Amino acid sequence: MKKGVYICHCGSNIAGTVDVEEVSKWADDLEDVAISRDYKFMCSSLGQELIEKDIEEYGLDRVVVASCSPHMHESTFRGACQRAGLNPYFMEMANIREHCSWVHKDKEAGTEKSKALVAAALSRVGHHEPLVIQYAPVDKNTLVVGGGIAGIQAALEIANSGYHVYLVEREPSIGGHMSQLDKTFPTLDCSACILTPRMFEAGNHENITLLTYSEVENVDGYIGNFEVRIRKRARAIDEEACTGCGLCEEKCPISVVDDVFEAGLGYRKAVYRPFPQAVPKYPVIDRENCTWYQKGKCRLCEKVCPTDAIDFEQEDEILEVKVGNIIVATGYDAFDARRIPQYGYGRYPNVFTGLEFERMTNAAGPTTGKVVLRDGVNVPESVAIIHCVGSRDKKYNEYCSAVCCMYSLKFAHMVHDKLPDAKVYNFYIDIRTPAKGYEEFYHRLLEEGTIFIRGRAASISDVALTVEEEGKLIVTAEDTLIGEQRRIPVDMAILSTGLEARHDSQEVARTFSISIDKNGFFRERHPKLDPVATMTGGVFIAGAAQGPRDIPSSVAQGAAAAARVLSIIDKGEVEMEAATAEVNDLTCVGCRMCVISCPYEAIDYLEDRQKAEVNRALCKGCGTCVAACPSKSITLHHFTDQELMAQMTGAMNALFEIDGVLMPA
Amino acid sequence: MPENSYEPKIIGYLCNWCSYAGADGAGLARIEYPPNVKIIRVPCSGRVSPEMVLRTFMQGADGVMVLGCHIGDCHYGNGNHRTAKRFPVYTELMDYMGIPKERLWVQWVSASEGPIFAEVVAEFTERLRTMPPMRGKLEVG
Repeated sequence: MKKGVYICHCGSNIAGTVDVEEVSKWADDLEDVAISRDYKFMCSSLGQELIEKDIEEYGLDRVVVASCSPHMHESTFRGACQRAGLNPYFMEMANIREHCSWVHKDKEAGTEKSKALVAAALSRVGHHEPLVIQYAPVDKNTLVVGGGIAGIQAALEIANSGYHVYLVEREPSIGGHMSQLDKTFPTLDCSACILTPRMFEAGNHENITLLTYSEVENVDGYIGNFEVRIRKRARAIDEEACTGCGLCEEKCPISVVDDVFEAGLGYRKAVYRPFPQAVPKYPVIDRENCTWYQKGKCRLCEKVCPTDAIDFEQEDEILEVKVGNIIVATGYDAFDARRIPQYGYGRYPNVFTGLEFERMTNAAGPTTGKVVLRDGVNVPESVAIIHCVGSRDKKYNEYCSAVCCMYSLKFAHMVHDKLPDAKVYNFYIDIRTPAKGYEEFYHRLLEEGTIFIRGRAASISDVALTVEEEGKLIVTAEDTLIGEQRRIPVDMAILSTGLEARHDSQEVARTFSISIDKNGFFRERHPKLDPVATMTGGVFIAGAAQGPRDIPSSVAQGAAAAARVLSIIDKGEVEMEAATAEVNDLTCVGCRMCVISCPYEAIDYLEDRQKAEVNRALCKGCGTCVAACPSKSITLHHFTDQELMAQMTGAMNALFEIDGVLMPA
Repeated sequence: MPENSYEPKIIGYLCNWCSYAGADGAGLARIEYPPNVKIIRVPCSGRVSPEMVLRTFMQGADGVMVLGCHIGDCHYGNGNHRTAKRFPVYTELMDYMGIPKERLWVQWVSASEGPIFAEVVAEFTERLRTMPPMRGKLEVG
């Protein structure tokens, strides 16, 4: 056997903490090593060519690359081997960057650990078997989950390329948070005006199957071949017959507070469309509030419907669809302002949340766009806008929600616009305006006369200390620019609440095999270079489900995710997992321990022969069966007992050798 | 080897999707931890058989770590449930071989828990330092 060893400097990333030349020299003397080199950047084309050339020149049959994490460059170096005619599975990586040079400061310790990791990889790679990668065809349909602007964008991009999309939305209409907004910063174009055409296009596209009021219940399969179970909840409306005339909604005697679309500021009926431009146009009967479902009376909507579209007997529909790729764009939840009691939301009527104010300023909203106090009549003479509510605070969320500065500035502008005499105070920690046209918008507000107070608001109360403060809300804050504690009496306070991961993001993540970060947002495959892919092949993420972001950035991500999906569809086939399990027929005793332990039901028990057999198309290569098998009759290719134990023994032997202790017999 | 220079030798079996990525995350964030652990990547913590743990001790390891995804977050659905259920088997066999069960750590570290990974390694290394070194490799038939 002829092994080649390549130690990467990674500039100074590795070479700074690991004596790479020493490791390379040391490895040269190890068993079967034909050539050992160190090189500045192994991942560069020159570095890869070095491997290719050596494979040809020295006739290498095994390659070890000691560099970064295999999550980073395993496919790069497998490719290099393949180009030189070597089976790509004859390559093994030693992770001496993420697991060594980046986490240790002592050069001697780093060098020793690197030696052990290289020895481990060398020992392992000797046992590697040549594996053949199989290909599977890609289903050309795509599932997009979430009908906010990110999901709509993604769905339209794919549909416009001629491929079919299932767009699934939990609410009765697509549109997401963007449909609730009035103006959009920094250009102040009306949100509905730019969103509605997109919603309409998505709702009427020949390549989009729109499934609103629906949820994904289960996902099986793998990239290119997912099987998805979707529950289409019963609207109690016959979609074939309904014309969307809205008569049912008009006549329905039940009004309930609309917590979702109107953010609790307005009402809707028990049979309702969230807003007039809703897509699809069909209403939904809210069974928890409908008198017929609750008390068995009424059916007024049925009487007034001109097309007999009301169907009280309708039941949930379960759809099974096959798709090749999935884009998850499930958006965010607004921070619940009640969690910060000192701001008094819920106690003082004139403390509003950002979304409430958004609905209030919207001409189609509950106050028809008038800025008024909670009584619906009186107009505020002074307004305080509190930035960073629930953001940049270790007690709630440490991160910056990215959009609040800009929408707070927009609110200030709206108040100036609608109430030119009102005083507007913005309480901020820092003003963050890092995108195109944003800083200019901030300057515009400075000129419009907004009073900016640099300091996190400490509290909002109604306890007056002076005559001027009576009947007002008093915002207290330390003005850090003048170094003084200030009390500002105002009529209205708006809390610029931050963005949080959806309350059920963990369950959604499990359904789609995505991992989440510590804040509950979906985790991307690489934070910089692979921002819309996930660790699960064929599952992509877009929009605020991945982290707080504004509309332009959500749209960009939606389009990016669509581009990734399209490239997979166009390629037409995907690599299948080569590292699957296999049963040794000769030693299998048919105990079925593996059948019980397999999470995928990928192991069949052959009754007639009393043996287990792995269905390699279903096997995902977790290896749970291998560890369960009492007769050691199952092998997980590329993670065999021999390979893993050789890796461990290689490391241990190297450690004893470095210690200078005589190895026990 | 003098008593005070004892550095425990630790082998860590880390699942590819959560804990290995978590260890990568510790690297990305440059969070320092003792160099004692040598990491071996497995697809799932459920791949680690009791025999593998014992063989690692037999090769002279002072400690073995098996790290996987948090329960419920397993990339393979429930592979780590097997790991959790196997834990008593690991320790029973270790007991039979006269290896204190404190030398084995089974823990859950997610892909975003780089700092926690570093803490787990530091704590385990410290714990092993208070115990005498394993006397090299065990004789096996």
